[in-house]
Amino acid sequence: MSSTFIFLIVLVLAVLGFFGTKQRALASGGGDRRTLHSLPNYYGINAALAAAVPALVVLAAWLVVQPIVVDRVIGAELPAATAEDRGARSLVLADVRRVADGLDLAVSQGVMSDGEASNLSADSNDIRERLGAVGVALGSDVDARTLRLAQDYRDYARLGAILKTIVVIAVAVIGLSIAYRMTDKDFRARNYVERAVMLLLIASASVAVLTTVGIILSLIFNTLAFFDSFPTADFFFGTRWEPSFSGRGGASDLGFLPLIWGTLFISFIALTVAVPIGLFAAIYLSEYASNTVRSIAKPMLEVLAGIPTIVYGLFALLTVGPLLLDVFGNDGILGVNWMSGGTAAMTAGLVMGIMLIPFVSSLSDDIINAVPQTMRDGSLGLGATHSETVKQVILPAALPGIVGAILLAASRAIGETMIVVLGAGAAASLSLNPFEAMTTVTAKIVAQLTGDGEFNSPETLVAFALGITLFVITLGLNVAALYIVRKYREQYE
Amino acid sequence: MTDATTTPMAGRPAKGKSLLKADERTRKRNAAESRFKAYGLAAVLVGVFFLLALLWAIVQNGAPAFTQTFVNLNVELDEARLDKNGNRNIDDIKKVSTFGYNPLIKDALIRATADMQTAVEEGELDKILSSSVGAIVRDRVIANPDLIGQSVEFRFLASSRVDGYLKGRVSREDLVRDKNLDAAHLDLIDLMVDEGSVERVFNWDFITGLDASESRPEQAGIGVAMLGSLFMMLVVLVLALPIGVAASIYLEEFAKQNRFTDLIEVNISNLAAVPSIVFGILGLAVFIQFAHLPQSAPIVGGLTLTLMTLPTIVISTRASLKSVPPSIRDAALGVGASKMQTVFHHVLPLAMPGILTGTIIGLAQALGETAPLLLIGMVGYIATNYPDGVASGFLDPNSAMPAQIYEWAKRADPAYYERAWGGIIILLLFLMTMNFIAIILRRRFERRW
Repeated sequence: MSSTFIFLIVLVLAVLGFFGTKQRALASGGGDRRTLHSLPNYYGINAALAAAVPALVVLAAWLVVQPIVVDRVIGAELPAATAEDRGARSLVLADVRRVADGLDLAVSQGVMSDGEASNLSADSNDIRERLGAVGVALGSDVDARTLRLAQDYRDYARLGAILKTIVVIAVAVIGLSIAYRMTDKDFRARNYVERAVMLLLIASASVAVLTTVGIILSLIFNTLAFFDSFPTADFFFGTRWEPSFSGRGGASDLGFLPLIWGTLFISFIALTVAVPIGLFAAIYLSEYASNTVRSIAKPMLEVLAGIPTIVYGLFALLTVGPLLLDVFGNDGILGVNWMSGGTAAMTAGLVMGIMLIPFVSSLSDDIINAVPQTMRDGSLGLGATHSETVKQVILPAALPGIVGAILLAASRAIGETMIVVLGAGAAASLSLNPFEAMTTVTAKIVAQLTGDGEFNSPETLVAFALGITLFVITLGLNVAALYIVRKYREQYE
Repeated sequence: MTDATTTPMAGRPAKGKSLLKADERTRKRNAAESRFKAYGLAAVLVGVFFLLALLWAIVQNGAPAFTQTFVNLNVELDEARLDKNGNRNIDDIKKVSTFGYNPLIKDALIRATADMQTAVEEGELDKILSSSVGAIVRDRVIANPDLIGQSVEFRFLASSRVDGYLKGRVSREDLVRDKNLDAAHLDLIDLMVDEGSVERVFNWDFITGLDASESRPEQAGIGVAMLGSLFMMLVVLVLALPIGVAASIYLEEFAKQNRFTDLIEVNISNLAAVPSIVFGILGLAVFIQFAHLPQSAPIVGGLTLTLMTLPTIVISTRASLKSVPPSIRDAALGVGASKMQTVFHHVLPLAMPGILTGTIIGLAQALGETAPLLLIGMVGYIATNYPDGVASGFLDPNSAMPAQIYEWAKRADPAYYERAWGGIIILLLFLMTMNFIAIILRRRFERRW
């Protein structure tokens, strides 16, 4: 029985339980709802929750665990040599799964009978052709072992499905009947329901923790797998980034330095654009601008923050890049020939700077507004001009907050992906020329994970090592920024 | 200015000081003041200029994608070629491949251009048409075999270079080394435009259509990717809204100040700042590598984006729960409601407009996100079929709007750049609508206490 169907059955049970239990509660109070401990609906909700929640948790757990168990059982049937080599093992298992899925599909389309699918033998039938006819393309002919394992796989999967149906529905029925039995006019249904709701609330709040744990685990395990096959020192101190997909393993240079150099260089260009413009805009808008100007200009700047990064990426690739090439490139207006292609560190940095302007300006705006008015009044009262007040009183007072804002902007710049994927070029270089193509950590994560490489090759796994460094850097910047901002806020409140 | 103790100040004229006439130092200070103000104004103007430049680039480059050049032709559906037996047997008609239709179209072109002065050889005439035309005629004939033997008017897509010429993207100089089209073709097109058989019309297929292969940009549309985005947003809405609201209720209303609560709070504020690509890595490792969900499926994209949007929703929900005044809670508790009833019956409904606004903004953010989708494989030539139903919409490989735009931006043919800009216009229209709804919700329903 499919999981969707089981899900629906559980829901139906829950709804039936709701009405049944509500009736029972009312009946136990002699039809007078004033004699009940809780409102009648609480008895119903209690039963519905008792039926649905445990059953659905079991169902979800089953869906996750069953494939793992089946893989392990099938894996145990493999010859020892294949079972030990992780790559070979996962290849064989993937083959087995594909054949088994193909057989399922063939049965469901009526091309094969169920019995036939279980009794096929590899030499008598041309399985590859028959599965191809239902739309399952196999890379090679199916050998006897794969076929036998695929048939075992189907058997286990079917056994699992039957057990799943029985167990889940049994859990639902047991939960429902316990709740039904307990229902009585003195039963404290509301307290039970509220406790259950509380558990659901806590579980939801824990999703954030689970997400972080998931991020850290998925990064760490794959990073460890990467360092198994690639020397750690060569990664962290290598100065060349030249992955090769043809000669797998060993032949690639996967040096981290050119990537982090490109990342920092582009982020630096972005911040040189965004920080002065953002900061001056914030000062102007919070200290000088009239209400009308402010109410027009502030939302306009904030629109820049709401535009998706893919749009900035395209803007860099197709508008800013060619424009810069016209000015700084070969035969350009300046005739300096610094630039040989539209995609360069400068292109990406400039556009990223535009993206960060509203980020810097709105954070700084908040911080400048948080400086107490008494400090302004004091300074102006002593005869300082407005700009002197800003430069010598407000900015020093707001400095920690502004530094925090800049750190947050830097963390955004370092983690930004689409602009650099489209605008910065693909060549990793340790150059000082901002008009040269450069690449970043994020761009290479995309390149390595969207390539055609084998998942277990170092060329693909390196993306996880890059991901963990990115995660650590941005997390560090954020923690530092939040710490600074929080410390500063405490001064004035 | 701060050195108030130095008396008398250097360079200060002792006599002739007038209140009406500013002295040297005041003038300097005032000049510095207006310079400073000008810098600020310049910064604001630069920011606004960048916004306008960006919007101008989008509209300028993207608007042409919404029109497309078509060639109107009368095609003789010759019975001798399409149905040799003459018995309209559908199986026999299906045996004629797309290539079998091409000569008919060529003949139609020769007839249409017979009285025009052209240097184009007859065999090269069909280069002005998209390479998809044979399939279009064939589909029409198979759908309606009775057309065979008649002369039927078709509206064919022009090739992307002809389209580019009429939109000003392709010039005669560009075609010198182009093997797909000659300058002579363009002269012919000019004549056909004058005659009215070539025209540019609004291109619905761009909005509703499928992605097309690299060599046929004139056929590509964003419709399927739009559906992919829609299914992803459904997943995000169904998961992120309840989980986010539940988490915020717990943290804001019930959580005691302890280590576990602190841990959750720190986690949420950090997750809000984790780069989106890291969520892509998470999605790849957990949902595809570990849980074996289908690659490139909108459900995986939706789950990944859910985790990414959750912190945004939690932060805005907590803010709007916080803005409900304690007097409401006290009143409810005072008349005997339990803590849970207070929250669900009184606080939550009052906070709802704020929660919905935050959710819509979170959804808009998720709709425009690209990087995580690339990692879970929602990119490439995959948005080529409409989903067969709801289940297939969630589980079959599909693209999403931003990923489709990225895919087009990567392709070599400049005709695809126009599509990418056009896609951005559509994406931004969606985002604008969502933000507009959020603003209206906030204006109409949010109460200030």
